[in-house]
Amino acid sequence: MAEAKPRIRLDKKEVRRGETVDVKTLVSHIMETGLRKDASGKPIPRMIINTFRCELNGKFVFGCDLESAVSANPYFEFKFKPTESGVLKFTWIDDEGVRTEATETITVT
Amino acid sequence: MSRRLNRREALNVGVGAFAAGLASAAGPARALNDYAGEIKKFTGGKTPVEGRVKLELPELAENGNTVPLSVAVDGLAGEGAHVQEILVVAPANPNARVIRFRFSALSVPEASTRIRLAATQDVIAVAKLSDGTFFSASRQIKVTIGGCGG
Repeated sequence: MAEAKPRIRLDKKEVRRGETVDVKTLVSHIMETGLRKDASGKPIPRMIINTFRCELNGKFVFGCDLESAVSANPYFEFKFKPTESGVLKFTWIDDEGVRTEATETITVT
Repeated sequence: MSRRLNRREALNVGVGAFAAGLASAAGPARALNDYAGEIKKFTGGKTPVEGRVKLELPELAENGNTVPLSVAVDGLAGEGAHVQEILVVAPANPNARVIRFRFSALSVPEASTRIRLAATQDVIAVAKLSDGTFFSASRQIKVTIGGCGG
């Protein structure tokens, strides 16, 4: 389901300790609600991304549990204050267990 | 809106009309789902205190399929408590739960996303703080064309 590469934007990749980083993420996904029916009247099964999380060097930073009320191609914006340099890892998991992953590197001075 | 409705939109108008019909039959603010139960589950039975949470939605959404939503919690600086989670529920959607944000000690307690809303309603956000307290905010949004699929 996750063909396209997720898009991630950090407002800065080099920060001083205590500074806030603004993160925007966008991933392609149909987010099928499970409430719609196809042409023959059969319900179309739910197929959504149900989990998103962001970790810095393996430590949890931000995440969410999604329901079918999140729009197609889920977009998130969040902010955090990194305390160490390292790798930010982003993970999206859908109802079939398919994981989409992306990483960014940030430097804290 | 001069173009003709496509199938999906036509279905959604149907759902909206149905919801509106229900609401008018049962008085205002008739919920279609157990949003109160979802909030209770989230707070462990506690009643959240109104305030501190800032919930931003447009006043009017022509298209309920993609409505920008922002939540934030104010006034925590220096208190030692941080925001752990924020639950968003939509009383007039087919399912009450919309999204549950999870924060960490590194987080600034703010988040934005885009959501689907089936009908005009009061969306509610409840924040859980690390000291075990809960705060909430609600905001009315008018939805012209619902976005939850027939």
